[in-house]
Amino acid sequence: MPKDHGIGASPKRREDVRFLTGAGNYTDDINVHGQAYVHFLRSDLAHGKINNVDTSAAEGMPGVVRIFTGADFEGVGGLPCGWQVTDKHGEVMKEPAHPVLAQGKVRHVGDPVAAVVADSLEQARTAAEAIVLDIEELPAVVDMGKALQSDSTKVHDDLSDNLCYDWQFGTDTETTDAAFKGAAHVTTLELVNNRLVANPMEPRVAVGDYSRANDEHTLYTTSQNPHVIRLLMGAFVLGIPEHKLRVVAPDVGGGFGTKIFHYAEEAFCTFAAKACNRPVKWTSTRSEAFMSDAHGRDHVTKIELALDKDNNFLAVRTDTMANMGAYLSTFSSSVPTWLHGTLMAGNYKTPAVQVNVKAVFTNTVPVDAYRGAGRPEATFQLERVIDMAARELGVDPIALRRQNFITQFPYATPVAVEYDTGDYEATMAKMEELMDLGGFAARRKASEANGKLRGLGINCFIEACGIAPSNLVGQLGARAGLYDAATVRVNATGSISVMVGAHSHGQGHETVFPQVVAEMLGIDEGMIDIVHGDTSKIPFGMGTYGSRSLAVCGSAMVRATEKIINKAKKIAGHLLEASDSDIELKDGQFTVAGTDKSVAWGDVTLAAYVPHNYPLEDIEPGLEETAFYDPANFTYPAGAYACEVEVDPDTGKVTIEKFVSADDFGNVVNPMIVEGQVHGGIAQGIGQALLENCAYDENGQLLSASYMDYAMPRADDIPHMASYVVDHSCQTPCTHNPLGVKGCGEAGAIGSPPTVVNAVIDALHSGGHTHVNHIDMPVSPSRVWAAINGQ
Amino acid sequence: MTKVTMTVNGKAVSGEVKGNTLLTEFLREDLRLTGTHVGCDTSQCGACVVHVNGEAVKSCTMFAAEADGAEVKTVEGMANADGSLSVIQQAFQEYHGLQCGFCTPGMVMSAAALLKDNPKPSEAEVRDYLEGNICRCTGYHNIVRAIMAASGQDVPAVAAE
Repeated sequence: MPKDHGIGASPKRREDVRFLTGAGNYTDDINVHGQAYVHFLRSDLAHGKINNVDTSAAEGMPGVVRIFTGADFEGVGGLPCGWQVTDKHGEVMKEPAHPVLAQGKVRHVGDPVAAVVADSLEQARTAAEAIVLDIEELPAVVDMGKALQSDSTKVHDDLSDNLCYDWQFGTDTETTDAAFKGAAHVTTLELVNNRLVANPMEPRVAVGDYSRANDEHTLYTTSQNPHVIRLLMGAFVLGIPEHKLRVVAPDVGGGFGTKIFHYAEEAFCTFAAKACNRPVKWTSTRSEAFMSDAHGRDHVTKIELALDKDNNFLAVRTDTMANMGAYLSTFSSSVPTWLHGTLMAGNYKTPAVQVNVKAVFTNTVPVDAYRGAGRPEATFQLERVIDMAARELGVDPIALRRQNFITQFPYATPVAVEYDTGDYEATMAKMEELMDLGGFAARRKASEANGKLRGLGINCFIEACGIAPSNLVGQLGARAGLYDAATVRVNATGSISVMVGAHSHGQGHETVFPQVVAEMLGIDEGMIDIVHGDTSKIPFGMGTYGSRSLAVCGSAMVRATEKIINKAKKIAGHLLEASDSDIELKDGQFTVAGTDKSVAWGDVTLAAYVPHNYPLEDIEPGLEETAFYDPANFTYPAGAYACEVEVDPDTGKVTIEKFVSADDFGNVVNPMIVEGQVHGGIAQGIGQALLENCAYDENGQLLSASYMDYAMPRADDIPHMASYVVDHSCQTPCTHNPLGVKGCGEAGAIGSPPTVVNAVIDALHSGGHTHVNHIDMPVSPSRVWAAINGQ
Repeated sequence: MTKVTMTVNGKAVSGEVKGNTLLTEFLREDLRLTGTHVGCDTSQCGACVVHVNGEAVKSCTMFAAEADGAEVKTVEGMANADGSLSVIQQAFQEYHGLQCGFCTPGMVMSAAALLKDNPKPSEAEVRDYLEGNICRCTGYHNIVRAIMAASGQDVPAVAAE
């Protein structure tokens, strides 16, 4: 019988009622009295020298409050990067200035050049049309290979070239080369991890407000991490101390990474609200989102896998170019390095793993973390090259993976991380069971009878989640700690508010977090509310990304609740005239062990606030505790995925006929929500594999800037329910956090793209198209058709 | 400015609008019915779907003036008269058919329109009908399950077929 409450139950989500009735409170639903609206005039050139921005005609237009240009931000800080990578020569990365509004040059289509603040949005837009831009077009560089050539145009004139850093990591060159030299077989694959746009359904919004009375700023923004925005914007851009800056991220309509970062529009609205002495609101259109939200992925990689004569992996060597875009977004530099290189061992005991990454500036929108962030790029190349090696060697791709699995834990990889626990054989076996591999031959035959080719794709993955141990990431270049915090406030009547640093923008924290506290205290979940998304209400927090909410912030909440229990036992001991060490808490009752003497939860909480009979000489009144939690290690969710595709050889169209995921997330607090997270991740992975591509032409014009050009997955792109199973029954609990949880938010997006592509290649080989060893994503009908036909 | 009068969620409302005021702007800004969302500017995402005279309409593609005299229903009008969740809303909650909630109003309104015309849709029909509604969180699986359940079909039985 499944549990109906507490850890392991799947109660209905409490946030759903407001979302289903239109009562959500998203940032665009917030209007501050007297607000003005800003429209950003953005560059339609990918690269150009700003000779003049003539605002004179626009300034007198109806409703215009003020027009800002880059000159207004002289002396104001630029948008900072939160992670300093040191390259293989010991030099720190190049870190070009990123002004709030463009200064001197525009460097990508969408770079904001001017901002018109007006009484209405329509007036702001109309006035922006009257601004005369004199921008001298410069040659744009989009292709990373060309950007690294010595004669390339430079994105930043003050830098020596377009190379941000040249990074090397893992096993040394001599050892790696020796392993390749001694190999019986080497498989080499060159591939692209396609540029994507995260596309949360809610576009970004920022509302800045300023109170002259007390010199306080408030920013309402669509953020996954309001405290991070307060820190970055306050300390580095606008010079506002924390106690004078409140950042509120109310209901946020999805993030997927792209709402982690501090954006120019947030700084602008905060700055302009004071400068104009009026609240200033900006709501992104979707078209603006495509050219101003940080993009994801965009790696070009060569990977080599060396095997001995018995098919044991000897070495992996990768060489990647990672697109940074025109500026360094908040966590951009960490994605191709520490979130990618550290995962290149995968699930395998490969003794030598060397990772090389060149990060490159181009005249494109900045690239940063998108669901999975570095880990999908690592998994894709590794699992594609393993599949290709199996085909070249004529061995079963499942057997080849199995033979090379890490089976002993903890396991220190050659790429700096130590996997605390896992059971890759268990998830593989679960996948095999759910996938009914025995029936594949018959299903393939049936497809062939319909003129279709059927392929089976297998994939294993591991991720580093629960981001992150501060001392470790500090050594790696992070400019922040990555702990989290929670305050448990127990009120006199026994109800509880839990202020958490994690931010829920679809993850269901308001439902899940109370399940944990309720389980610990033995009280009803309905007595507990979660408070998040407002720096004035919560102690501190680094927000939600990297599958970290429950593993890191949840751990802080557990620690704070433990403090509550300890204090409550002291109070109960006093009330019961017993030693607190003899007090047991069960089902919301404090009992003296071995007796029937007890007091209820509410008696203790009331005593804490009405301390007439209370050990005042020993403890303070009140019942509120805060804990900060810094994880000892990353967590390492892992899994085995499989899918079957049908390829129509006449059109190249790929359809997914069956999909199975077998994940190990450690302990699971709410199975319904975990499955929902995996569904969403898999849909995004299927989108990357088959549909989505952010495309630029050679002049840096963004070709996919709306939902007419950028193919988002729709309901009919996802397998039907009869042939789709997500499983998380294999559970090896995390060994170092109190809940034993690992995180589930990114797994689907990491595990699914190679699964799909492996299946497509398998299908084509089954049809005799054995010359096709790889097709870059998205594996669109035209690309499949071209590959089949040797074009 | 033009005066428009319409019935929204059973209540007579009126307002002064410009010729280019979209229905979605009138609902969100003038009536403060902010449940109707705007997720794109090309009429693809479907977060703004409302019912106009019983038909599902993307309210970002219709001028407020065009809805003069119409019966409009938004997500705020979807609950039962006593305030409890309607069958469709309950099914979305029961089957975890929403995560961030931003596409949800449009999904609920589209689902209601589908089930009005096709009370027992097949899974393929549900997926096909949702072509005009994009969700980035759920991967659609649980939305489809919710709509099938709201139509009175046995979802585990459908999944076992």
